[in-house]
Amino acid sequence: MALAAVPAAFVAVFFAYPVATLLVRGIGLDPGRLLDVITGSRFLKVIWFTTWQAGLSTLLAGTLAVPLTWAIANRQFTGRRLARVLVTVPFVLPTVVVAGSFIGLMDRFGLDQGTIRLRHTVWAVLLAHAFFNIAVFVRSVGGFWTQIDRRPEDAARTLGASPWLAFREVTLPRLRPSIVAATSVVFLFSFTSFAVILLLGGPRRSSIETEIYRYAVTRSDISTAAALSIVQMVAVVSLVVANGWLQRRVAGRQGLVADRAVPAQTRRQRTRLVTMLAGTALLLGLPLAVLVERSLASGGGYSFANYQALGERVRLLPISAADALVNSLAFAVVAAGIALVIGGMASLAIVHGTRSVSRVLDLGMLLPLGTSAVTLGFGVLISLDRGVLDLRGSWWIVPITQSLIAIPFVVRGVVPVLRAIDPALREVAATLGAAPARVRREIDLRIGARALATGVGFAFAISLGEFGATSFVGRRSDLLTVPLAIQRLLSTPGDLLRGQAMALSVILMLVTAVVVFVGDRLHPKAGGML
Amino acid sequence: MTLSIESLTVLYGDKVAVDNVSLDIAVGDVLALVGPSGCGKSTLLRAIAGLVEPAEGRVEWQGRDITHVPTHQRGVGLMFQDHALFTHRDVADNIGFGLKMAGVGAGARAVRTEELLVLVGLEGFGPRSVEGLSGGEAQRVALARALAPEPALLLLDEPLASLDRARRIELNIELARLLRELEQTAVYVTHDQDEAFSLADDVGVMHQGQVLRVGSPGDVWRDPQFEIVARFVGHEAMIERDGQRFAVRPDAVSIATSGELVGRVKTCAFQGDRYALTIDVDGGPWRLFHSVAVEPGSMVRLSLDPTRLARITDI
Repeated sequence: MALAAVPAAFVAVFFAYPVATLLVRGIGLDPGRLLDVITGSRFLKVIWFTTWQAGLSTLLAGTLAVPLTWAIANRQFTGRRLARVLVTVPFVLPTVVVAGSFIGLMDRFGLDQGTIRLRHTVWAVLLAHAFFNIAVFVRSVGGFWTQIDRRPEDAARTLGASPWLAFREVTLPRLRPSIVAATSVVFLFSFTSFAVILLLGGPRRSSIETEIYRYAVTRSDISTAAALSIVQMVAVVSLVVANGWLQRRVAGRQGLVADRAVPAQTRRQRTRLVTMLAGTALLLGLPLAVLVERSLASGGGYSFANYQALGERVRLLPISAADALVNSLAFAVVAAGIALVIGGMASLAIVHGTRSVSRVLDLGMLLPLGTSAVTLGFGVLISLDRGVLDLRGSWWIVPITQSLIAIPFVVRGVVPVLRAIDPALREVAATLGAAPARVRREIDLRIGARALATGVGFAFAISLGEFGATSFVGRRSDLLTVPLAIQRLLSTPGDLLRGQAMALSVILMLVTAVVVFVGDRLHPKAGGML
Repeated sequence: MTLSIESLTVLYGDKVAVDNVSLDIAVGDVLALVGPSGCGKSTLLRAIAGLVEPAEGRVEWQGRDITHVPTHQRGVGLMFQDHALFTHRDVADNIGFGLKMAGVGAGARAVRTEELLVLVGLEGFGPRSVEGLSGGEAQRVALARALAPEPALLLLDEPLASLDRARRIELNIELARLLRELEQTAVYVTHDQDEAFSLADDVGVMHQGQVLRVGSPGDVWRDPQFEIVARFVGHEAMIERDGQRFAVRPDAVSIATSGELVGRVKTCAFQGDRYALTIDVDGGPWRLFHSVAVEPGSMVRLSLDPTRLARITDI
């Protein structure tokens, strides 16, 4: 029972209570205001922009993902597995790093001004969203496509269908479940995107997320921001529900078979394959390569000057970038620790608890997924301000809030592994003298250890790159984290500052990539998202 | 009596899985619970292990009521059909698990583990991963693991069912020898009559949650009492005599020129020292053993020894 009580209490205090406070502040204090905000022409424009940019981002990501998805599903080639892994690099990168690499790209090729102007246009936003969501399409559609039975397509060909017709009439409809799943996930990500729009969209472009931030932080208009948060929560919850409904609706049983991909045979097929792979590699590799290049460029040549400068104080930052890195690592360690304890306990309670405990906890642990990071951070900021719960300026509130975002991933990774344990193992352990608590330790935790470790690594990476919620709860100047430092450095012109932002982004990218890929090696199915 | 089960009933929802069963097992005896799948034999075993809570009745261990003692304090060993080895540990760690739970130190554990490896014929297998074991080897490890803490009672749930025929016969013989040598009290669940007869001191035939007949293999074979039990031990044919129902045991029938009955030979199977025949007689096929082969299709005269007919007393 304690196993269930601790995670339940944690989520109740640090998630449910802040969200409830947000609802009360938004509706309770000034009901007329809520209506005004929602129906105001400025806000309708914001909702409209949020929606259409998410739609276009999804379309763009889906389109750009086609070549690699096709190649991975249909062609056997050297480095095919590596391609599947590499394509996820952009996806796991912190959003400020993605934004930073696009700013670097524009700097490098002079796209700030001149004929092709990207800076502060919606195109920069759409491209950045597409850049890190391509992986979702490649992994989910490509993975599914690799496994479906090809014989119906062969049958269509013998009945006289051209390759294109066979694809359109037979293959495409069967891929639909995976396409729908990927589309709705990418739409949700783009809809709640924060850092990319804040940094690349410019001052005139505003999504619901950035609008909440502006009202809450820049204008200190809490009730308007709370009202906007309610709209955002309703939108996100509807999207999550619609997502689940869609996936259930289209999920059909497909005969899954082993990988049927074949090597390219003719010269033309080879050329086409190479073009597709090279194109995707350029698309995904260029921004990151330029990021590294920009981090090394200083004073007309290349050096580590930007990295060396990280130890020094710059006027824009309250502490040095190196100190911010120390902060970020400390927060990440603590957030990962909290995610380990709470997520681990919750997973055990979900698997071993009575049916009702299991149901309630299972849902409760996933709830933070249905809230955008900005609403979560904002809710925590305005609610935990009284008595023992006055944590506003405290050090702990940062890792606690970050862990809330990570716990659903831990639970989603660990619970299926624990559920898959043959009950006979626990029974044998019991007959051999292991008391229930000992059984959990010797069987569940031992078998679930890899999934748990991967989930905790993921929590570490999430905390390290977290921007949306931290921009609310981590505003005490000495608590500055790397993503917040990058955002400040990027928002201000100046070569040295830009260079430091790029250097910090590279460091963040490397640490994140290492953590995520070690995790992927340990337990490829964990992490849940892909 | 070591183990005594009194009026035990186990429910699965509305279904009565074990229906008012009473049984006794003496020290050092092996009781085989047999019956078709779904007859409740595995559930009865799980109730003895404490893995399911009975709705009614008691389980007593040397006079002490253990009905509500949790599994880990009962000191029973359990062996499953699909061996249920801990795949995250090597062979030695699997075998040593129960000793570790009992707080036995690493040194003593290693000694005992080695003893058991020798006992089950897997010397030197200790550091191996359990994932690479063959079915027979895995089952030996499972047996060693169950035996390691010297359980007062060993429970075996279809331990040989997942093996191929040759392996099954081999392990069955070895298991029988081991149980006898160790004087291990055990309950052995199986749906295979031959397996049960070859290693059990007593056989309990179960049907729809009830134990219909308990006795030594010979007693149950000679005097099954219930039609279901008779059919289970292989006496398929039933006849009526003087308003009484009898199962026709193979040893009750013989081919004799003076026989009063006539039948047609249906099959004739060589069994080493004898031939097993099935013969079409009025009232169903009869089984019998004969010393020489008889051509299928030929007519034979049969005589019946009424003292060897098994009287059916149910219904």
